[in-house]
Amino acid sequence: MNEITVFIMGKGYRVPAGLTIMKAMEYAGYRLARGCGCRGGYCGACATVYRLPGDYKLYADLACQTPVQDGMYIAQLPFTPAERPAYTLGDLKAEGQTLLALFPELARCVACNTCTKACPQKLEVMDAVQASLRGDIRGVAEFTFDCVSCGLCTMRCPAEISHHHVWQLARRLNGAYLTPRAEHVQTRVAEIAAGKFKAELDKLVTMTKDELVAAYKARQIEA
Amino acid sequence: MKTIAYFPGCAMKDQARPDEAGTLHALALLGYEVTEIPRWNCCGTVYSLAQDDLMRHVGPVRNLVRVQGMGEGRVLTLCAMCYGTLARSARFVAEPERLARINAFLDTEDDFRGGIEVVHLLTLLRDEVGYEKLAAQVKRTLDGLKVGTYYGCVLLRPRLFAVDDPDRPEVMERVVEALGGTPVAFPERTECCGAYLTVGRTDIVGDRVGRILRSARGGGAEVVVTTCPLCQFNLDERRPAGAPTLPVLYLGQLLAWAMGLDEPAVAALVSKEPATGRPVSTGV
Repeated sequence: MNEITVFIMGKGYRVPAGLTIMKAMEYAGYRLARGCGCRGGYCGACATVYRLPGDYKLYADLACQTPVQDGMYIAQLPFTPAERPAYTLGDLKAEGQTLLALFPELARCVACNTCTKACPQKLEVMDAVQASLRGDIRGVAEFTFDCVSCGLCTMRCPAEISHHHVWQLARRLNGAYLTPRAEHVQTRVAEIAAGKFKAELDKLVTMTKDELVAAYKARQIEA
Repeated sequence: MKTIAYFPGCAMKDQARPDEAGTLHALALLGYEVTEIPRWNCCGTVYSLAQDDLMRHVGPVRNLVRVQGMGEGRVLTLCAMCYGTLARSARFVAEPERLARINAFLDTEDDFRGGIEVVHLLTLLRDEVGYEKLAAQVKRTLDGLKVGTYYGCVLLRPRLFAVDDPDRPEVMERVVEALGGTPVAFPERTECCGAYLTVGRTDIVGDRVGRILRSARGGGAEVVVTTCPLCQFNLDERRPAGAPTLPVLYLGQLLAWAMGLDEPAVAALVSKEPATGRPVSTGV
């Protein structure tokens, strides 16, 4: 078996090459009760930082999505403390100063771009901070659509911004106030309430089992 | 058409958006193809005076790197604060050791090579369009409207970055003249409006704004114009009780109106009819 050496929380282990960081930790004997969720790159629970030998950069990624490399120094971050002020969405307006009023630390951004470099989803995180500053809520929502709230940007930010909570609020405001209403759904609900499908439904519920099976087999599959 | 890179700044994209629209439309009529910088960030707003804190210059320099990436040698701002921060940071990091350190930090961006000129709306109108040509292009005159020309501080201080003589500026007065207005160069026109103290010390801002507006009114001004969205906000929104009620507009609104665009706030002043609501432009 092709083995490599990784250092987990400072201790060296021989693990098979090709494992993800998460699998390598479990192979080494760790039982992950926290810092581990969907194992599919969606939930954002397994934020991890690592360094590679001979490289000054501190890399950040999701443990379930990143293969181990020989000589890797790994530290798992099971949780990111981040402040989220209480708010009631219905009391807020989707306008310029809403984000800044609830998260005034946004104004401390010096555009260092460290957040962007830390993002495992490869989002333009700093651009989202800047869009927040100029009150572009739709821009924030679009920049951060694929955010998994792993907290890595938040952990790295010198301005101590709680990014993922800002993004969540921006997406909520965008969804509640800035996205066009689905008028056709309301129309269809009204049609159904007025009995548009009542005759067909009544017919179905009074069929015998054989009639139902025959109708099912004869159904139109594609228009 | 002349092309010019454009840095809007946050205020121009938020509370001052109508001012931006009218001004950019007017510039297009004056023959400028204005191109917004792709993916810009806040200028930094307050220029950092710390000599050893390069981090505060990363934001402004990143914008200048983006201008450089467009192949442009200069960048236009419509905001005095953005002008001050970008111009001063560009000079601060020109020192080779600082430049090397900034570039090492900005590792994912192209190296900043320096040499980007920061241009403010006023200097563009003076140095490139020219007062005479501006006057010749005007579609309708301000008809002698008495315009208080408020500079504030950042356009004129520190001296090295002043767009005009810091003690006796005249560029805004000459622009107003070219548009057919009567400039009112009132004594307090180069005093600070209180700037970012508007966040936490509205009492100080209110005191300063009261003085500035009384000075303008005392000089006979019917309207005050600024070239800074923050000054405009402070003079208008932080106006203390009892201060003169004359309207405060962005200079670009006068420019837009004079170029024939729809500017209800200016139209109301020139025709001496009372304006209603917040003055907005619908230039574009």
